[in-house]
Amino acid sequence: MTEPRTLAPLERRAAAVSGVERLGAYHLITAVDRGGPTDPRPGQFYMLAAVSDWGGGVDERPYLPRAFSYARARVESGGVALSFLLEAVGPGTVRLAELVADDGLALVGPLGVGFRAPAEGTRPLLVGGGIGAAPLLCWQEELGDAAVLLGFRSAEHAQAAALFGSEPRVVTDDGSVGRRALVTELLAAELEADPRATVYACGPPQMLEAVRALCAEREVAAQLAMESGMACGYGACFGCVVPTRDGYVRLCVDGPVMDAAVLETALVAGAGH
Amino acid sequence: MSERAIELCGVALRGPILNGSGTFDAIAARRAFGDALIERFPFDAFVSKTITLEPRQGNPPPRLWETPGGLINSIGLPNKGLDGFLESDLPELARLPVPLIVSVMGFSRDELAILVAAAGQRDEVAMLELNVSCPNVETGLVMGADPGETALAVERVRTETDKPVIVKLTPNATDPAAVAVAAQEAGANAVSLVNTLKGMALHPTTREPWLGGRTGGVSGPAIRAIALEQVAAVASRVEIPVIGMGGIATGRHAADFLTAGASAVAVGTESFRDPAAGRRVAAELAGLSLSGERAAPASTPA
Repeated sequence: MTEPRTLAPLERRAAAVSGVERLGAYHLITAVDRGGPTDPRPGQFYMLAAVSDWGGGVDERPYLPRAFSYARARVESGGVALSFLLEAVGPGTVRLAELVADDGLALVGPLGVGFRAPAEGTRPLLVGGGIGAAPLLCWQEELGDAAVLLGFRSAEHAQAAALFGSEPRVVTDDGSVGRRALVTELLAAELEADPRATVYACGPPQMLEAVRALCAEREVAAQLAMESGMACGYGACFGCVVPTRDGYVRLCVDGPVMDAAVLETALVAGAGH
Repeated sequence: MSERAIELCGVALRGPILNGSGTFDAIAARRAFGDALIERFPFDAFVSKTITLEPRQGNPPPRLWETPGGLINSIGLPNKGLDGFLESDLPELARLPVPLIVSVMGFSRDELAILVAAAGQRDEVAMLELNVSCPNVETGLVMGADPGETALAVERVRTETDKPVIVKLTPNATDPAAVAVAAQEAGANAVSLVNTLKGMALHPTTREPWLGGRTGGVSGPAIRAIALEQVAAVASRVEIPVIGMGGIATGRHAADFLTAGASAVAVGTESFRDPAAGRRVAAELAGLSLSGERAAPASTPA
């Protein structure tokens, strides 16, 4: 099977921001890319930066671009409208969240490998934690019919669930939307009822590790869209490694979607910062 | 193209822009960008990531920390080892449209000699670069920080190859120019500088060192002024070519290093932000030369 990877143009290019939508705790930034492929694969990512004023924020940062899986890609005349979900938590994401229509969004991508088709005879189960819902959005659109389980900190964060077409099942840490539970509890119940599934998960490291352990224990195939600090996104810096049974691999070229079976752990040091 | 062409240690290059060792992986980049990587290769010569005698996994993550205008890396020289490099990487790198410079690092002079001899005898390899300055591995600092140690290392490898040998200098030395002079007297054909400056960051909450390797090397615009001074200081003391680098992100920066005495320059950390940075810097540099260096280069995004 060929890997789900659409090649990126060898360049950093500017896309035009067409809108920034506030979704509770998150921002959904949409920009029209007229220089890249219109068919990125769900799970692939782009390196993003603001064209202007990238730097000079808190700590005189940001300097490096930031890696984001795309949440949605809509082909339109002369390009593709790419949407990215972000939470303004550091100098890079704060600057990106300030972008307004017609601003320039510098991007490189699509990069990495995306989600692979479900294993024969299994149903796809999409499991997202917080902003990890982003790549599941386009993957659900492509799969057409897939159960989506989402966990959020609070109702404010859970507003991202509204992006999904079919009704996702939502739980929160504080019980403000849905049950007060971890999304892995929903997953465990699903697998208990019927273990014939391929699990697709994206979220914070602790959640991904819980999904990995759960699926390993029940011998359920799982693909984890992971995060790690990246400088380049295309294999140059060797900064984003995750430990596998065969040693370290670079998440940017061998991931970000990893087969859970090759991982020792999904707890990647330094992720989430 | 021909107006930009230079000769470096007897090797013809289509232009003066190299990559810094360890800042571009042409094999991984081909996976991301496809054949465009070959058709529009960003550099005029390609410097490999440093290879060691034995395979290395590199340092535990986290490996990166963003600083004002740059980053600290603690990568730890992951590589397939000499045999793995020669078998699987070299045939791939031989397809690049530019001369290949292989960077090597040994934990002893004998190891360095084995690496230089083995890589140097391959037709695909145009030059060798001795990494005697990587601050991430204990022994690296010792050789490159001391003129006597550097001279012994260069003398030891000099008899192993007829190909040009470049010595990559560390800025973490009391007098980098003295090390450069020692390298020249021992038979080096060129020197390149700067490698990264030692740096450190603390975890925001635990207050432990952030990087898995505890300390790392700082690169990017943050070190450009330091690099420029060191390149000027070294170039004023040696006759052999100097390859200048350290935070170069525009044609103007490249012109600064060339004016300071460099014969060629390398783009490193800027490639992390823009995979085609080498080509862009080359184009901006060419534009400057044509306009007599009057016009400032266009400021660049991200």
